[in-house]
Amino acid sequence: MNTKEALINYSLRLADNSMIAAQRLAEWNSCGPYLEEDIALSNMALDFFGQAETMYEYAAQLSNNNSTADMLAFRRNERQYLNCLLVEQPNGDFAFTMMKQFLYSAFAKYLYEALSASNDETLKGFAERSLKEVKYHFRHSSEWLIRFGNGTEESLTRAQYALDELWRYTDDLFCMNQIDEELISTGISVSSDTIAAKWNFTVKETLQAANLIIPEKFNVIKGGYNGIHSEHLGHLLCEMQYLQRAYPDAKW
Amino acid sequence: MTEEEKAIQFQQRIDAGEKIEPRDWMPDDYKQTLFRQISQHAHSEIIGMQPEGNWLLRAPSLRAKKILMAKIQDEAGHGLYLYSAAETFGIDRTEMIAMLHSGKAKYSSIFNYPALTWADMGAIGWLVDGAAIVNQTMLAKCSYGPYARAMVRICKEEGFHQRQGYEIIANMSAGTREQKEMAQDALNRWWEPSLMMFGPHDADSPHTHNSMKWKIKVESNDTLRQRFIDRTVEQAHHIGLTIPDKNLKYNKETMHWETSPINWDEFWNVVKGNGPCNHQRLNHHKKYHQEGQWVRDCARAFEEKLKSESAAIKSN
Ligand SMILES: [Fe+2]
Ligand SMILES: [Fe+2]
Repeated sequence: MNTKEALINYSLRLADNSMIAAQRLAEWNSCGPYLEEDIALSNMALDFFGQAETMYEYAAQLSNNNSTADMLAFRRNERQYLNCLLVEQPNGDFAFTMMKQFLYSAFAKYLYEALSASNDETLKGFAERSLKEVKYHFRHSSEWLIRFGNGTEESLTRAQYALDELWRYTDDLFCMNQIDEELISTGISVSSDTIAAKWNFTVKETLQAANLIIPEKFNVIKGGYNGIHSEHLGHLLCEMQYLQRAYPDAKW
Repeated sequence: MTEEEKAIQFQQRIDAGEKIEPRDWMPDDYKQTLFRQISQHAHSEIIGMQPEGNWLLRAPSLRAKKILMAKIQDEAGHGLYLYSAAETFGIDRTEMIAMLHSGKAKYSSIFNYPALTWADMGAIGWLVDGAAIVNQTMLAKCSYGPYARAMVRICKEEGFHQRQGYEIIANMSAGTREQKEMAQDALNRWWEPSLMMFGPHDADSPHTHNSMKWKIKVESNDTLRQRFIDRTVEQAHHIGLTIPDKNLKYNKETMHWETSPINWDEFWNVVKGNGPCNHQRLNHHKKYHQEGQWVRDCARAFEEKLKSESAAIKSN
C-alpha cells in the first residue's frame, strides 16, 4: 500500500466516523427532552455532517477517479464503511446517546489535537477547524454525565447502564492497521497510543465526577476500521442511502 | 381611569400605530386572542418539524441533508422565540405544552398531511414556508411588540426556507421522469392545503373583525391568500409544473389568478382532528415529551443540589 492509498483510506475513516455520528444524532430530531436540547443535538449533527463532507471531498479529490463526496457517502456499502463501532451503535435513551457522544468526543478531541500537527496540510486544516467543534461536544456531553450521576437515582442508573453497554466498543477507537503504520511513518497521522493515554485520563476523571464505574468485565469488540461492523450499520446505511440507491441516475 | 376610558385610550394607541408592550394595559380579549394565536403559532413551528424530520435521515445528498437539518433547526428556534413571546402573558411553556396535549391548543392543520416523498421537502419549503412568509410579513406589523419583533427575526429565515424548497422542486422538475412525477405529485397534494393555511374567508372567520380592529392582523385572510396564489402560480409555471386546478385562470382586469372554490369541509374536518396525521403528530409529541421527563427531573434535581450546596458553603 502506498501513502496515497493509505491517506484515502484514512480520510474515509475520519469522514465515516463523522457521518455516522451525525446520522445517529439526526435521529433525535423532534425527540429531545427539551427544545433547547433538540437544537443542541442538531447543532452537533451539523458539525459532524460538515466534517464528513470535508473529508469525503478530500478522499474524492485524492482518488481522481471521478468519485464525489456524495458517491462516497451514499454509494459505499457496509463492508466499505470504515467508522469505529461506537458511533454506529443505536441511540438508546438520552443517557445512552450522551454517553456515546462523551466517549467519542473525548477521543476525537485528542485525535484532532494530534492531527493538528500533521504534515498533510488538508488534514491539519481539517483537524484544527474540527477541534473547536468536538471540544464543545465533549463539554456538552460531560456536563450531562455529571448531571446524570448527581441528579436522580433513575438518571444515575441509566447512565451506568449506558457505560456498561458501550465500554466494550472503546478499544476499537484506538485500533491501528497497516494504514496507520504507513501514515505514522510518513508523519501524516499519529499513533493511537498517546491518544489512548490522554483519553483514559480524561474519561476516568469525568466518570468519577459523575459517580459512574467502569465495568470490570466486558467483551472487547473491534473491527470498524477494517470494515467489520455490528449489524446495526447496514440498517442505518439502508435508510441513509435509499434515494441514491433507488434512483441511481437522478441528481438531487 | 375607568375600564372604559382605558379601552378608549388603548384603541387610540393602536390607531396611532403604537406598539403594545407586556406591561401596558390591554383588554382581556386582546390578551386572550394574542395568547391563543402566539402559542398556537409556537406549537405549529414545533409540530412542523415532524413532516420534514420524516425525510431528514433519507436526504439524498450531503448538501441536502445539511440544508434540511439547518431548516428544521430554524423551526425549533422559531418555536423558542414564540414560546417566549407567549410567556409574556404569564403562562409558561410547560403549561402551553399541556394545553397542546389536552387538545385545548391547536397548531396549523397543514402539518396534519403526510410527507410521502422527497419532493414533499420541496413542496413544504416552497408552499408551506411560502405561505408562512406572506402571513408572517403581515404579522411583523402586528400591534403587540413581542410578537411583531419575533416575526421580524423569523421572516429573515423564512426566505431561506422558501428558496431551499423551491430549489428542491425545481431540480426535480428538471430531473428524470420519476423525479418530475414526484414533483408534480407533491404539488398536487400540497396545493389546496397550503391555500387553506390562510384560514376561512373573511366573512366566515370568527376572529377577523377584532383582530383587524386591534391590528393583530393588518390584512384579511383573502387578501393574503390571493397574494400567495399570484406568486406561486408564476413560480410553478416557471419550472414547468401544473397547478392542480382546472378552473385556474388569469383575470386581466383584476390582474389576479382565479382559482376554484376551496373545500372548506375538508379544512374543518382536519381542524377537528380528523386529518391523516393529527393523531400521529400529537402522539409523537406526547411520547417524546414523556420520554424526556426523567431528563428534566434529573436536571432539576441537580440544580437544586447545586443551590443547596452553595447555600451550605455560604452559611459556613
Ligand atoms: Fe418557522
Ligand atoms: Fe420555515
